[in-house]
Amino acid sequence: MSLTNLIFGVYPYIALTVFVIGSWIRYDNEQYTWKTDSSQLLSKQGMMLASNLFHVGIIMIFFGHFAGLVLPHGLWLGLGISDLAHQWIAIIAGVIFGIMCLVGGSMLWYRRMYNPRVRINSRRSDVFIITWLMATLILGLLTVPFSIGHAAKGDPAVMLALAEWVKSILLLNPQPELMTKVDPIFRAHIFFGMTVFLVFPFTRLVHILTAPFSYLTRAYQIVRTKRRLA
Amino acid sequence: MKIRAQFAMVFNLDKCIGCHTCSVTCKNVWTNRKGVEYAWFNNVESKPGIGYPKEWENQDKWKGGWTKLNGKLELKAGGRLKKIVQIFSNPNLPEIDDYYEPFTYDYARLQNAPLSEAAPTARPVSQITGEKMDKITWGPNWEDDLAGEFASRARDKNFSNMEKEMYKQFENTFHMYLPRICNHCINPACVASCPSGALYKREEDGIVLADQDRCRGWRMCISGCPYKKVFFNWESSKAEKCVGCYPRVENGMPTVCSESCVGRIRYNGIILYDADKVSAAASADNVQDLYQEHLDMFVDPFDPAVIEQAKKDGITDDWILAAQKSPIYKMAVQWKIAFPLHPEYRTLPMIWYVPPLSPVQSQIDQKALPTEADGVIPKASAMRLPVKYLANLMTAGKEQPIVDALNRMIAMRSYQRSVHVEGTPDTRALDAVGMTEDMAKEMYRYLAIANYEDRFVIPTSKEEMRLEDYHGFQGQAGFSFGSASSVGISPNSLFPERRKESMEPRKPVPHADEMHDVTGERY
Repeated sequence: MSLTNLIFGVYPYIALTVFVIGSWIRYDNEQYTWKTDSSQLLSKQGMMLASNLFHVGIIMIFFGHFAGLVLPHGLWLGLGISDLAHQWIAIIAGVIFGIMCLVGGSMLWYRRMYNPRVRINSRRSDVFIITWLMATLILGLLTVPFSIGHAAKGDPAVMLALAEWVKSILLLNPQPELMTKVDPIFRAHIFFGMTVFLVFPFTRLVHILTAPFSYLTRAYQIVRTKRRLA
Repeated sequence: MKIRAQFAMVFNLDKCIGCHTCSVTCKNVWTNRKGVEYAWFNNVESKPGIGYPKEWENQDKWKGGWTKLNGKLELKAGGRLKKIVQIFSNPNLPEIDDYYEPFTYDYARLQNAPLSEAAPTARPVSQITGEKMDKITWGPNWEDDLAGEFASRARDKNFSNMEKEMYKQFENTFHMYLPRICNHCINPACVASCPSGALYKREEDGIVLADQDRCRGWRMCISGCPYKKVFFNWESSKAEKCVGCYPRVENGMPTVCSESCVGRIRYNGIILYDADKVSAAASADNVQDLYQEHLDMFVDPFDPAVIEQAKKDGITDDWILAAQKSPIYKMAVQWKIAFPLHPEYRTLPMIWYVPPLSPVQSQIDQKALPTEADGVIPKASAMRLPVKYLANLMTAGKEQPIVDALNRMIAMRSYQRSVHVEGTPDTRALDAVGMTEDMAKEMYRYLAIANYEDRFVIPTSKEEMRLEDYHGFQGQAGFSFGSASSVGISPNSLFPERRKESMEPRKPVPHADEMHDVTGERY
């Protein structure tokens, strides 16, 4: 098996399986550990800017990737968005939210590493995950010049190959050979990104899965009873 | 009418000597762990003072509790959507320095130091970073007994609408203690603030708890509570709060802070209230009406109609009896000498306070104080503790209820003095405030003697009636860490099997998540 097959044919399934089953096991058996691990109590300084930039940036980036790579290609064509327009939208949105995330994330990374209170109370996974996310983000931003190069030549082939590859993975018909056609920087970014899914259940990232949207529709007061109710 | 029982307390500030036994007992039982060293579920503040955490009463700063917005009750920090928007960085969250940086001392140095001319010192060590601290600049009770300059404690929010400069003069200084715990509110802002629905009020006794498994550490309860009595455990990243010593209370025992109180100032008991009135009471237009609205929610446990309804609502006979014998009902409703703390936060708190009399007896005896017409009761305005200050603390600034309560307490003393010192009952003071001799005698028994069985009237939770297999409860109750607070089984588990070799109850008690809310919805 070639390295390409291993990383772009097998590794995605390992990462996704660990992501789903690992999260499930942790949710089932380790509710007490399922939390945001906020350290705002220890140090508030700069958090308003850093945390908001980081979170808004990364959430938008996630939805951007989802829209561009997971939603079917035909949907965008049907909406009258040409592949080239699609690529420019992706580049512009990616740069805006990528830089937001980069600024906020760098502040959070610096805080995590050099704020004495935060640093000493960081678990290894806390340091690892912010560092890894920032590395993934920087690799992602480094793909932008390549994308601009493609778009400027009016050639969306790489973007389409990436979407095609994601589709092949999700449809259980992996086509790792698609990835040989793309620039190495894309491959590096994707490897880092898949690894985020792999480590997800073992880090504080699990809080994403319990984002409290139900709060919006809930009654304010909660009363629990021990009585058996019909 | 929908009757609910609430476990409530009264603290008689007139007798609090600020010994901190309650705080230390509580700390030893509940918060002697990493992550909550700084957290005092029970603390005693010196008033006036900015308290713990700093300026907790200043809701312009912390935005705790409720407010009226366009005629509707709303969380002061903003509604649900605003909470979600602010979830990445809670602007109203106190920092640990607002409480204090928890510290210990390098005691080992006292034994390990090499031989030297000077005696070795044990320097303070931060319990957060483990680093030596140059100087401790704040602590859990930094203002003890009016320590520090007046300018600092003058930031006390209870000085609102007062000419506070005059209390800077040594001659006019006043001082009281304020022990504080979670108020187990009837309209808790912490519960309403929790995005993940981890905080809840128990239907049976009204104790407010934080579900450790369900808490995700979104930290909105910390800022939502106007009393700042929900704490963020920075080790576990979960909310922790006073549990009302529920494992004790369920078994008919008082809370440890109450049991250990050397001044016998704490009263535990049940009070019945009409749950249908909660929303209207909390939304009173004028904050000065909130005390009366709160009082009007309580129902008469001797009223046959109330008893009938209470039984329909699942309250058992012994709980009704406990409500009839409740010291809380006597002090809050019958004698009207107890008041809620800061009713203007609209949370309907259930730890009430008997306001302190200033030490004026000798002044009265020397005729140094202006008195009312009967020549016995001093004018409330003449007392050392400004009535306005007490009113700001307990009735949102309305002075008359406080004056009336102080007058009743003085009248009781005056009457008892005539009985014990002069040997002839003198009821002039009682007559002036409309009290009977029986009432004065009973008040004396509750306030001055404060027998154990009068202070603590706590019915058990009747777990044995509720559970088919109550032995199954063994090993499942209480505060535990790691995932041991749940039984670790969920209906969709990948691994539903438990280890077969170990002993376990036949049928485990349902986990808190499997309990139901009052509408029947499953958690």
